[in-house]
Amino acid sequence: MKQLKFASAGAIALAAASVTTTAQADDLTLCWAAWDPANALVELSKDFEAESGHSMNFEFVPWPNFADRMLNELNSGGKLCDLLIGDSQWIGGGAENGHYVKLNEFFDSEGISMDDFAPATVYAYSTWPKGTPNYYALPAMGDANGWFYRKDWFAREDIRAAYKEATGDELGEPKSQKEMLQIAQFFQGREIDGNKVYGAAIFTERGSEGITMGVTSALYPWGFKYENTAGKYDMEGAVNSAEAVEALEFYKEFYKTATPPGYTNSYMGESLDAFKSGQVAMAMNWFAFFPGLYADPDTGGDKIDFFVNPPQNQAGSTLGGQGISVISYSEKKDASLEYIKWFANPDVQAKWWSMGGYSAHNSVLNSPTFKDSAPFAGDFLVAMDDVQDFWQEPAYAELLLSMQKRVHDYVVADKGTAQEALDLLIEDWTEVFEDEGKL
Amino acid sequence: MSGKTIDRVASATPARVARKVKGLSDRAIAWIFVGPTIFLLLAVNIFPLIWTINLSFTNFKANRVNRAVEYIGLRNYERILGDSDIWLSMQATAHFLFWTLFFQVLIGFTLAWLINKKFRGNDLWTTIIVLPMMLSPAVVGNFWTFLYQPQIGLFNYVVSFFTGVDPSSFDMLGSVDLAPWSIVIVDTWMWTPFVMLICLAGLRSIPDYIYEAAEIDRASKLRQFFTITIPMVLPFLMLAVLFRGIENFKMFDLVVQLTGGGPGSVTEMASINLKREAFEKWRTGYSSAFAIILFVTVFGLASIYVKALNKVKER
Repeated sequence: MKQLKFASAGAIALAAASVTTTAQADDLTLCWAAWDPANALVELSKDFEAESGHSMNFEFVPWPNFADRMLNELNSGGKLCDLLIGDSQWIGGGAENGHYVKLNEFFDSEGISMDDFAPATVYAYSTWPKGTPNYYALPAMGDANGWFYRKDWFAREDIRAAYKEATGDELGEPKSQKEMLQIAQFFQGREIDGNKVYGAAIFTERGSEGITMGVTSALYPWGFKYENTAGKYDMEGAVNSAEAVEALEFYKEFYKTATPPGYTNSYMGESLDAFKSGQVAMAMNWFAFFPGLYADPDTGGDKIDFFVNPPQNQAGSTLGGQGISVISYSEKKDASLEYIKWFANPDVQAKWWSMGGYSAHNSVLNSPTFKDSAPFAGDFLVAMDDVQDFWQEPAYAELLLSMQKRVHDYVVADKGTAQEALDLLIEDWTEVFEDEGKL
Repeated sequence: MSGKTIDRVASATPARVARKVKGLSDRAIAWIFVGPTIFLLLAVNIFPLIWTINLSFTNFKANRVNRAVEYIGLRNYERILGDSDIWLSMQATAHFLFWTLFFQVLIGFTLAWLINKKFRGNDLWTTIIVLPMMLSPAVVGNFWTFLYQPQIGLFNYVVSFFTGVDPSSFDMLGSVDLAPWSIVIVDTWMWTPFVMLICLAGLRSIPDYIYEAAEIDRASKLRQFFTITIPMVLPFLMLAVLFRGIENFKMFDLVVQLTGGGPGSVTEMASINLKREAFEKWRTGYSSAFAIILFVTVFGLASIYVKALNKVKER
């Protein structure tokens, strides 16, 4: 009888222990876009699994469908994702619609300080309302739109001489937007090693965010502003300023005179393909792709170099990148917060950068070895100093789609003038803000 | 034999069920059978339709559930009917609809007429011709995107071969003038076989003796074609046009794969516009009104068409 009692007690203890273990070890799902850094994060997260006992699952969605898929998930209160590395522009909707967990208390209790992260990334990826100390995400992946070019072509004496003869200038990394166009036009249709090549691959995609990200890379260096006064939504004279019109006309000229044929609906993938297949001398794309480009056996290494989006009237780059948030509908918030805490650790951030992720942590960015750690690291720091982002309002999707339509109509479909496109954009945006009750 | 079956069924019915069923009228039993279907129909079709009509009078946004919903009367309808972009998308839909139907009927009927002749390899050709419609629109869209590629696309090289124009000098999917035609070409390539099959069924339903009688009356082949073939195939042809018309009015997948609605908004069909409003911009009330307008349009046109079809059948 005594033995039976012991056996029963042992069984209960074992069962209790197993229940406790089950309760502590969660299966977490992290959602993000399907791209190179996501693969690096899978590797990095193995350390978290080993340390915490939780297991990590990943849901990666290709970029063109990422916003659609994830915003649907959030809007329907879905429980697919416990953690989401969402685009910077989603922060307003994520906060106001209650999709993201507010992290202030957690940061305070765990001693995580936003002062440890690059200010531009905290502002863009974490705060809502903008610039206030209300945090809904931890900066996870710094990014900006930059450029890369065929260093081997730029170094060739015959090409340099031809460029000098054609333009009177030395061929090198462009110092302004207009110089970049001049270089691209020089390469357009030129024959190199028996192949016809083209100037540059730029963003023209219509369906998601492509052409807006491309056009803003011209608008920001011209001094484009969304509002005359921050927070007032007074767009007349800002969105359609003379500088904005000139920048939009410039982008159209770039598209018409310096891109490969058939480049009417192109975004990240097409830009990478055009460069890797040796079609173009230059290409725009997000810094996130630069490690992969540098490692490419055909067009990487000595054949490639990188530069920041050139200035015109001022310096300016289009912001990319994302923060990591805990989804409020998740039933595993505690484990998700553990992941955030682990990810904020400076050692993890250093490893994140070494594996191809763009850390936004000051300990990584301010390290004396950072600039020389990769051929694009210095450019990344410069770009992040002058980034500008699209609207981050809860109505972001409506605002974005209006811009996609208006600029694609003008740049690719030759509809109207730049002035008309921007005037119509203000009309669209005004309607959105009126619906939102902000005007 | 049937009496035995009834006896077997009756004896197999549990007494408890038999007692309950015994007192039911035929009408009640009929309702028991039809009830689940009617319930499903109400739940899946009628309720959503009524709910959509209700939403169309509001400013509801499905991604802003916390926001108060206001009834705004006919404002959504006014905005849609006064929106030039909506009319442009309707224009794009009409262009696509008209030309796809025109080419599919013309080529589909011609192919059916040719296939209807007896020749060697007839079955093989029929199989080859119907292959495109067996493919997924996503697959078709993807590979036609490659065919239309200005630098490597086969389509441009074929055009270049016959016209001498530089293949990379024109872009079927990126040109404002060519893009609407590029989607017409693909849809025609894919769905002409469907029209052909229906026409073929019509042609094969015409009894030989009618042609034999016409031969005896010394009617020419041309006269036989216009007075026998065309009138007798017409109901089939009209049915094919109805099916293709309804399908193409809501065309989405193929065009999204090919052009994404671009360049600009040149190929943005009403269905693509509706999807953007409803599930990208999340203007649920507005898009509900747009959906109702499209529904009424299709329903109205289809009703008129079905009446015409019935008249043709009666002749």
